[in-house]
Amino acid sequence: MTDNAFLEVSHLKKYFDLGHDRILKAVDDVSLNVRKGKTLGIVGESGCGKTTFGRTVLGIYEKSGGKVVFDGKDTDDMSEKEHFQLKKRMQMIFQDPYASLNPRSTVLDLIAEPMDIHHLFKHGRDRRTRVGELLQEVGLSVDFLNRYPHEFSGGQRQRIGIARALALRPEFVIADEPISALDVSVQAQVVQLLKQLQKEKGLTMMFIAHDLSMVKYISDDVAVMYLGHLVEQTSSRVLYDRPLHPYTQALLSAIPIPDPDVEEKRKRIILSGDLPSPINPPDGCVFRTRCPFAMAICTSEKPSLKEVAEGHYVACHLHPGAKSGDAARMKQVLSK
Amino acid sequence: MSDQEPLLQVNHLHVTFKTHGGQVSAVRGVDFTVNRGETLAIVGESGCGKSVTSLSVMGLLPASGKITQGSIMFDHQELTRLTKKQMRRIRGVDLSMIFQDPMTSLNPTLSIGTQMTEGLVHQNKVPRSEARKRAVDMLKLVGIPNPEERMKEFPYQFSGGMRQRIVIAMALICQPKLIIADEPTTALDVTIQAQILELFSRIQRETGVAMIMITHDLGIVAKIADRIAVMYAGEIVETGNKRDIFYHPRHPYTKALLDSIVRIDLPSDELHPIEGAPPDLFSPPVGCAFSDRCPFAMEVCDHVQPLTTQLDLHHRAACWLLDKRAQAVRETVEK
Repeated sequence: MTDNAFLEVSHLKKYFDLGHDRILKAVDDVSLNVRKGKTLGIVGESGCGKTTFGRTVLGIYEKSGGKVVFDGKDTDDMSEKEHFQLKKRMQMIFQDPYASLNPRSTVLDLIAEPMDIHHLFKHGRDRRTRVGELLQEVGLSVDFLNRYPHEFSGGQRQRIGIARALALRPEFVIADEPISALDVSVQAQVVQLLKQLQKEKGLTMMFIAHDLSMVKYISDDVAVMYLGHLVEQTSSRVLYDRPLHPYTQALLSAIPIPDPDVEEKRKRIILSGDLPSPINPPDGCVFRTRCPFAMAICTSEKPSLKEVAEGHYVACHLHPGAKSGDAARMKQVLSK
Repeated sequence: MSDQEPLLQVNHLHVTFKTHGGQVSAVRGVDFTVNRGETLAIVGESGCGKSVTSLSVMGLLPASGKITQGSIMFDHQELTRLTKKQMRRIRGVDLSMIFQDPMTSLNPTLSIGTQMTEGLVHQNKVPRSEARKRAVDMLKLVGIPNPEERMKEFPYQFSGGMRQRIVIAMALICQPKLIIADEPTTALDVTIQAQILELFSRIQRETGVAMIMITHDLGIVAKIADRIAVMYAGEIVETGNKRDIFYHPRHPYTKALLDSIVRIDLPSDELHPIEGAPPDLFSPPVGCAFSDRCPFAMEVCDHVQPLTTQLDLHHRAACWLLDKRAQAVRETVEK
């Protein structure tokens, strides 16, 4: 997995101090790589730390520990100037196209803002031309330059957000739930646009979402998070075909499939209970309180992320690396 | 299912809203029925009028909205002619509603127990002790552990999934004949959504309550609906049994909608989004509302609204392609 990794994250931690000796471990010891020119999907339910992870990688939040290596260079070893330059190369697309665009700016100013910060233009004419180009790239008309965000639909606004993120010709883009505020048919339009732009520009992308079906379409690899931890990562194809972690299995089985016959025959793993509090997470495996297969070892020992097949990483005592006889027995039960 | 009189019958419903920008025709001639004990799913994108339709049935339209035409027959009563007071007696007793966001439908300053028994005590004149007993039973039914204790707690002390269970318990407490659930799981995570959908199925089996499920998620529809109504731009464009809609859709919008979703159980290399956007309902189109996004649109579609074609007993669609005169076109399209 380390070959041609564009972004290498190792043991990344982000803790928030809530006062009164309470610490929220939003991201706890997450290691993963993103391959150059590929899309990594990050999935998990609300509160699992996927957004915090994305923001910490970009440096929007200061990390509490761990390393972020971007294109072979450790971000800790960078000077302030290098950091500023780095920000040109990594951009973000935000979730809510209603909240992320300043309502008092025109489309021209909104899209040009990142380029203004980096002083890319000497003449207003060049600025206008470049923004016009960007608008066309995201499928909007050049006539929109002087309009304001409120004149656009959700899907169009998200296209403006994408144009803004692409303005600096970044190499790496994090899209944080870019479609969850949009309607189904519009979601497909935006995801298709993202995928097309990614191919054309050879972008490396991190696509954060809770909608597993769209992630499946857009991602080459998928990482599953639960309560601040990475529980499984592998190629998109393998993850949806043969998920290994019980949480991934439950998550996939919870999604209703739009086909009545398939839906009738499906066996569903229904998890009991709710997500535990990340302020006081369970010891051992964080998933054990809801896991249908929890064993004694799951309470006493935290499972580490292990490569169980080529490029398939799982953090679960049920899968190789685990020593106890329980695991072997449970696996037999599971395979039946 | 069809031999008896429907529980709810909505005919030619038109709803308009007065806004600063002029009149919006949010619902434009909607017809549907719900039989006792069945689940009708109303699907469509935001702004298609599915929520406005349900609010009209509940008599909960905001002051700017008005039913301009049509009738709503519920359990032998014409709801559009009732006074506010009469409507209030039906709502919460025979008719209840579950909203999308459980946090905004619960009062944060009252305990769960008080909120649950309020309606029973004041409207149905049930003694307080009896009301409390029923509330405990309902909380048990929806799977809240130690309900006696938790009745004393306030909404903030519950998780999102638990709050939605409480809202469902409240909707059930007067033993309604019909529950309208408006995107009841949209605010929840998928694993919690699975729990709540399971709960709906169980409640329906145990109590026989009829349900209108409003959603944009066709997966949920496939799981819990008996019949489906597909809405677009304030109209029902197609309605039928679940299998008719999923396996034999006849309206191009229904087909496009089914095509636009990605399935996690099938390999997916291509996406088929519906290009364009729904029409502006300030000035609704003269012809078919879907014509400018429809790949099969004909000349007539831009000028004349299509009539509804009855395809079989339960399956209806409003599209010019289904007209007798369009047979030749239809055959080429279906190839």
